[in-house]
Amino acid sequence: MRAFLVKRLLGMIPLLLGITMISFAVIHLAPGEPSVVGQQMNPRISAHDIERMRHYYGLDKPLTVQYWLWLKRLVRLDFGKSFSADHRPVIDKISERVPITLLINILAILMMLAVAIPIGVASAVHQDSWMDRLMTIFVFIGFAAPNFWLGLMLMIWLGVDLNWLPIAGIHAYGWQHMGFWAQQYDLARHLAIPVFVSAIAGMAGWSRFMRSGMLEVIRADFITTARSLGMPEPRIRYRLALKNAMLPIITLLGLSIPGLIGGSVIIEKMFSIPGMGQLFYQAVMARDYPLIMGILVIGAVLTLLGNLLADVAYAWADPRIRHGGKQ
Amino acid sequence: MSVLAFVRRHPLMVIGGGIVGTVSLLALLAPWLAPYDPTDINVKAILLPPSWQHWCGTDILGRDVFSRMLYGARVSLAVGFVAVGIAMVIGVPLGALAGYGGKTTDSLIMRWTDMMLCFPTFFLILAVIAFLKPSIWNIMIVIGLTSWMGVSRLVRAEFLSLRQREFVLAARATGVPALRIIARHLLPNAMGPILVSAILGVAGAVLVESGLSFLGLGVQPPNPSWGNILTEGQDNIQIAWWLSLYPGLAILVTVLGYNLLGEGLRDYFDPKINGRQ
Repeated sequence: MRAFLVKRLLGMIPLLLGITMISFAVIHLAPGEPSVVGQQMNPRISAHDIERMRHYYGLDKPLTVQYWLWLKRLVRLDFGKSFSADHRPVIDKISERVPITLLINILAILMMLAVAIPIGVASAVHQDSWMDRLMTIFVFIGFAAPNFWLGLMLMIWLGVDLNWLPIAGIHAYGWQHMGFWAQQYDLARHLAIPVFVSAIAGMAGWSRFMRSGMLEVIRADFITTARSLGMPEPRIRYRLALKNAMLPIITLLGLSIPGLIGGSVIIEKMFSIPGMGQLFYQAVMARDYPLIMGILVIGAVLTLLGNLLADVAYAWADPRIRHGGKQ
Repeated sequence: MSVLAFVRRHPLMVIGGGIVGTVSLLALLAPWLAPYDPTDINVKAILLPPSWQHWCGTDILGRDVFSRMLYGARVSLAVGFVAVGIAMVIGVPLGALAGYGGKTTDSLIMRWTDMMLCFPTFFLILAVIAFLKPSIWNIMIVIGLTSWMGVSRLVRAEFLSLRQREFVLAARATGVPALRIIARHLLPNAMGPILVSAILGVAGAVLVESGLSFLGLGVQPPNPSWGNILTEGQDNIQIAWWLSLYPGLAILVTVLGYNLLGEGLRDYFDPKINGRQ
């Protein structure tokens, strides 16, 4: 297991290098300059001043040199300083935004699992029943509805019409003065719609996978054997079959992380949630190169770690891989 | 086979195809079907709820939402098709090369594909679109450049299994050049899954475009797109529900249509399922 982990961790390094290289090239080669250089702000700025600003931020050097300098600082976990007016270190700006984005996405993943697995199993066990049909319709609609639109609909229904849930931000006015549990309740009320909306596509897709995985496993020989040996039916279904049918879900878990992280831009912007996605939107609009690169790196690292976690879980769940990895 | 039998055997394909056909027709005929000019401002008809004059109501500038949605369909479908076209042009040859080329080529291409799959692509799309001027062409290109990975993996997998089959081995033994084997023997046999993946890809691209437009980085007002009508919907969320409801439904139905068609075609091409029924 340890050799497997070390191998996978080392394998992440070239991937990360490649991702940073592409991001760096794409972002710096795009025409135009960061607004910090100033020509948009002040039409009367002289060519000399622009040159001075570019020199100050190191934008006048060749791209390869800029990348090398950036990479050298990255190794020491120094992401540089933001181009924005506050000039704060990028790492500070990001780290205060990561927890809320992670919280929403982890809750969304838990919700996907909690909904998709029972639905998938029930649909497979009662194949072609009215419930299976109904669930299939739900799956197709959940997969086709843009999540930000569902968010808008829930905002109108639960937020505006019924006035049950808040429609923006993560804290009510004056939350600092609430007790601990009141604060948690307040946070939960603010996150209910965003989490549900982030989870909907995954719920639909995963339950579909769970259903087909379960159907396949139920027809496998070892299930027939277990049945002929007289193992009770519930135990066959919910222990033996379920365990094997969950394997593909673990792989999906890893694959769906980039989508979740990317999706947080829209969700966070529309619900005014101060997370990484919203920060990225602001950074992109201001062409804050160090901040953009910082978020892309963090996003990539989170994705890679998520994939690694999925692989570890897979190896843990599937003895064939666990033992194969030792050779 | 009679029409009725076909409908009963492939209901998904027929429903999906029907939706796709209808939406495409509406988009094509938008200039003739739209009751109003989609950019015509009318200060006397601001934020009117749906009525017989304005089926889907009017927006903050008094423009007819139904007419704007008809023109929005053109944007969504154009982006979907061109983006998927670009993804295919990149993904199919890469997958073919990986699946039929040597071990080194294969592992190089697959490393590259895996890396792109780990990429938070929506972040990159967002950055590029915001840096370049937001235009429909840039959106098509960027979505295409970041969505070829699925196809290339699929084509590779198909090729890997096909290359061991007798007819391919026979062609190779008789000295047919590799390119000809790919074009004549491998690609035609992999066409079904490629087509399915392309159709599902259109659905994905429509969703990404609507998201970008919703963020204000897609089609720029006054030109209509489903995503940017939804932005106005959120701005007027307390007073005008129709601005949020209808464009979203349009996206949902369109994406649903492509997904159903794709799934239906998948079953159609799958001999296991087709034979059983």
